[in-house]
Amino acid sequence: MTTDVTPQLTARIRAAAHPDAAPCACATTTLAHRPDTTVLRHAETVAKVHAPGTDPAALTLRLATAARLPDVFLPPLAPAPAAFVDDRPVTLWPYGAPVDPDAPDAAPWEAAATLLARLHRTPPAPATPPMRGPAKAAHAIARLRKALTGAGSHPAAPPVFRAWSALPAWARAEAPVPGHHPGTLCHGDLHLGQLVRYPAPNGPWRLIDVDDLGVGAPAWDLARPASWYACGLLPPDAWTRFLTAYRAAGGPAVPEDGDPWPALDVPARALTVQTGARYLAKAIAANRPLDEVEQSLIDACARMAPE
Amino acid sequence: MQCPKCHAPMHTYNRNGVQIEQCSGCRGIFLDYGELEALTQLEAQWSKPAPPAPQAYPAPPAPAWGAPHGGGHHGGGHGGHYGGHGHGHKSWAHMLFSS
Repeated sequence: MTTDVTPQLTARIRAAAHPDAAPCACATTTLAHRPDTTVLRHAETVAKVHAPGTDPAALTLRLATAARLPDVFLPPLAPAPAAFVDDRPVTLWPYGAPVDPDAPDAAPWEAAATLLARLHRTPPAPATPPMRGPAKAAHAIARLRKALTGAGSHPAAPPVFRAWSALPAWARAEAPVPGHHPGTLCHGDLHLGQLVRYPAPNGPWRLIDVDDLGVGAPAWDLARPASWYACGLLPPDAWTRFLTAYRAAGGPAVPEDGDPWPALDVPARALTVQTGARYLAKAIAANRPLDEVEQSLIDACARMAPE
Repeated sequence: MQCPKCHAPMHTYNRNGVQIEQCSGCRGIFLDYGELEALTQLEAQWSKPAPPAPQAYPAPPAPAWGAPHGGGHHGGGHGGHYGGHGHGHKSWAHMLFSS
């Protein structure tokens, strides 16, 4: 059981937002509160408590990368973790306006793709840590195994594990990425929650969340939209807009034209398995059936690695 | 089974009760005897109530493990709406925003 970090974080963020310690009437709002992450906003300052076990040295290197790419990332307010709460590092950021979750049709696909292409074209600094995408996929599989130990078996689990086993070792975080020296700078966890407008509300789009940022296979950053498209969830026109903008911005993850799937296949399979595993673990924990969308991920896993 | 054109492995799946083989490399499709007729018949049944959809652009390529009726087979009918499976708008929107 982890401590609720909110009270301590609230004190920290108030101090950070008002360095003169003046009394204030600003509200502190919770932007995210998950078991491993809490994000609070106070006035124009945002504080994030990172997951337990986050390596502060690696996080500092990731912050440095974000700080030197202000045309890609929201710029951190401090170059290193500003504090520790319950042994977890806290980072400080300016507030940026997120994508409206109720209007995903207005999602900035072109902006996301252009930011990724810009990131992927930036040479990484020598000490940049690895991109954590494959490690996150492995973590989702581990969580599914854990959920199953309590629940016994589930008919949707074998296709997920089969599809996982069919992936090459690098995509399962069991081997280094082949042929990527010195490697490409990647975000590592792209989804629509990772984009904000800064300055809010009408500034340019910027990427947030440096936790998985690092050197790896750039196709990983395209693989979540690719997976959604392949599973029949993302409409072809949104996928085409994203891919076209990425290519137009000179993104190196896929060839300039022709079929992008030889480059996307492995990471898109990995992200499909990861998402399927995550939602299946949640469904098992909640003792509820999978919905149609979740089932479409499991079906895709089954087609990747038939029995 | 291997693709006769590019020799990559072919994967079998079922579209509306018709078994078809698709190449994982060039995505070519192999139909057994009678399968084309079966598909044509099914298509005729499906398309009867629908107006002829103008398909201005070819669907972008999709992997062999993709949804048989999705990933490239939406046509223009969904017009950018998030609900390729015919699910409500919100049913998968949360997925767009989470790790």
